[in-house]
Amino acid sequence: MCLAVPGKVVSIDHRADPLTGLIDFGGVRKQACLEYLPDIQVGEYVIVHVGFALQRLDEESARASLELFGQLGLLEEEFGDAWEQAARQESGSEAR
Amino acid sequence: MADLATESPRTAVDPANWTCPAPLRDQPVVVMGHGGGGALSAELVQQVFAPAYGNPTLAALTDSAVLHLGGARLAFSTDSYVVRPLFFPGGSVGDLAVNGTVNDLAMSGARPAYLSTAFILEEGVELAVVERVARAVGAAAEAAGVTVATGDTKVVESGHGDGVYVTTAGVGLVPDGVDIRPQRARPGDVVLVSGPIGLHGVAVMSVREGLEFGVEIASDTAPLADLVAAMLAVTPDLHVLRDPTRGGLGASLNEIARASGTGVRLVERAIPVPDEVANACGFLGLDPLYVANEGRLVAFVPPEHAEAVLAAMRAHQQGAGAARVGECVADHPGMVVVATGLGGTRVLDLPLGEQLPRIC
Amino acid sequence: MKYIDEFHDPQLAGRLLDEIRSTATRPWALMEVCGGQTHSIIRHGIDQLLPEEVELIHGPGCPVCVTPLDVIDKALAIAARPEVTFCSFGDMLRVPGTGRDLFRVKGEGGDVRVVYSPLDAVDLARRNPDRQVVFFAIGFETTAPANAMAVHQARRLGLANFSLLVSHVRVPPAIEAIMTAPDCRVQGFLAAGHVCSVMGTAEYPDLAERHRVPLVVTGFEPLDILEGIRRAVHQLERGEHRVENAYPRAVREQGNPAAVRMIEEVFEVTDRNWRGIGRIPDSGWRLTDAFRAYDAEHRFDVSGIRTEEPAECRAGEVLQGLIKPTACAAFGTTCTPRTPLGATMVSSEGACAAYYLYRRMTDTPAPRGSRIPREEMNPVG
Repeated sequence: MCLAVPGKVVSIDHRADPLTGLIDFGGVRKQACLEYLPDIQVGEYVIVHVGFALQRLDEESARASLELFGQLGLLEEEFGDAWEQAARQESGSEAR
Repeated sequence: MADLATESPRTAVDPANWTCPAPLRDQPVVVMGHGGGGALSAELVQQVFAPAYGNPTLAALTDSAVLHLGGARLAFSTDSYVVRPLFFPGGSVGDLAVNGTVNDLAMSGARPAYLSTAFILEEGVELAVVERVARAVGAAAEAAGVTVATGDTKVVESGHGDGVYVTTAGVGLVPDGVDIRPQRARPGDVVLVSGPIGLHGVAVMSVREGLEFGVEIASDTAPLADLVAAMLAVTPDLHVLRDPTRGGLGASLNEIARASGTGVRLVERAIPVPDEVANACGFLGLDPLYVANEGRLVAFVPPEHAEAVLAAMRAHQQGAGAARVGECVADHPGMVVVATGLGGTRVLDLPLGEQLPRIC
Repeated sequence: MKYIDEFHDPQLAGRLLDEIRSTATRPWALMEVCGGQTHSIIRHGIDQLLPEEVELIHGPGCPVCVTPLDVIDKALAIAARPEVTFCSFGDMLRVPGTGRDLFRVKGEGGDVRVVYSPLDAVDLARRNPDRQVVFFAIGFETTAPANAMAVHQARRLGLANFSLLVSHVRVPPAIEAIMTAPDCRVQGFLAAGHVCSVMGTAEYPDLAERHRVPLVVTGFEPLDILEGIRRAVHQLERGEHRVENAYPRAVREQGNPAAVRMIEEVFEVTDRNWRGIGRIPDSGWRLTDAFRAYDAEHRFDVSGIRTEEPAECRAGEVLQGLIKPTACAAFGTTCTPRTPLGATMVSSEGACAAYYLYRRMTDTPAPRGSRIPREEMNPVG
């Protein structure tokens, strides 16, 4: 349920009814309703579903999660098969 | 183009005796998906067109038919262009009409020579719009090095068309020693793409009514015959070429896998997907591998020539972003499997019809 | 893209997988509730990377798939009316009702539009006062604030030509129904992150306690899903059953209060049928009396449409992991991805559809969530 994606608030139209802002999804920009996050600021990240910002993303929590993952199983460095290696050599930064 | 060539004999339905699971009676009217370049398009061909006028030439499943005529081998192809809107970032219906047919010819290894154009105009369309499209056709033809040799115009009543439809057909000569068709894919072949994928589809979607979004990318529409000539200069033994238009890379690779009875294994991380394409697909819920391209090709090349062909592609303007994305395998014949970035696999199936933005 | 790319990192995924492997000592069956998570699992091949001990059961959390047949039939009847412009999210157009889908209605001349946001439908109503604009308001708690805002906005603008065909569903009653079903095999849940972004987690501790089942609020990127699995397995191995939030960057305990207030103003709880599963008490929302005038079911008098689910479909048992798709007589015969009978065949991520697709492969590991013995993977069709 619920394809919702993170985006950065780049501008807010305070006169719009309902409250609307322009969200940047990594080079793709689309208007979203900000009515449910009335105190959101330009530069913050929000999670957007069907044109509605539903929740602000918390940078500190994201960092803490990644840090935790990084500390797991520190002994095991090896991952991926030959295909993975080949792919990494082959692909530039454009693939994701 | 691929319209008449989307299924292999292996899975073809005998029209006199066909059974489920995918009967056309599911949809007794034409739905948009029949034009989407996926399974529905293939069924339309199998169940309506092939029984009506099928023949060995039509059954060859190539982007363009290769005909033996007066001692020469002539590539012949036709396609209709019904894009909305008519003008989009990076091009117009006029560019597509020329480049699409030029590319279908090039996918047989042919040097495109002559095109025809047929315009279907809707009553009430501004002449300035028609003029703009016509000029785009002229400029694209010149850029591709082809001559528009004949044409036709019809007008339909207001409300019976969508502004401007353009149909082009084209012919070109296939050089001696060149035999490029989907059936020639062999296990061991290296799969190359000529550059970043998904740009055309995303550029058009970004200006489509009801879906508009801001993105600074343009359609990749471009003629590929010159690039193909550069590849053939390395070796005439290219096995398969395809321009992954409607249905994207996913549809083209499935068609090749089915036609040749081989499997295709792709490496997801090696597939060049621009960030904007990935992110636009992300928020619409689409898969970039099914998004249309209009200036890209996918090639199946014998392994011993792969490096040299790739180098030749990268040295060419239309192939600067070329990459090795996978290989043809004997396993899972008729299927395309993707090695994911995490090290798992997924099946890349033939899409049913056009992709739809999803919420789930 | 920030908050996405970092959560795809293969090295960190490897660490999480190693941790799951070293934690799991016994077989555990986890259900990811949300269709979006199922999509991510299949898309990245996560199920194949998990150790044998961890089985994923794909839950009923795809709003498109579980929308009941009679509501689809109502949608088809409304969309076919000449005065109606019928607006829907894209993925609803292909879901079959009785004998047809919305694409077919469109092909037969119906004015059916795909919109990105329900507010786009409100805008269509504003710009086309001579058309009856109907929005197909499906979805879980995540989509409810958007649909609620649409009808709220229509009322404020005095748009008498706008209405909603509502088929909203709620997650907690579905979890309750799954846990109380006889022979339930689910031992832990990955709760749907974006549902909790809106609703918070207040409803879950009671569920976890009564059913003694771990509930881990989980996100959607590969690392999020692996972290949800890791935490659920960790709890199970220790005999715990708590609510944990493994998606803290987007989920607060209290959810989004403004969104919840709007939902409660516009919608009220009702029983709802789920396609392929059946009736679940209190599992849906409908418009409150104050907004009844915007209910398309009343406006177009389609409440008489009653369609029975096909009796042969056993999607409910598949969803609970009780049977394999092939145990159903309809599988691959009357029920295929093109002619689905139940939720699990409708969605390309549904267990039956995934099973159908993977059966065509001869030598690639099957998705463990669908538990396909290798010898069964023969080509079909």
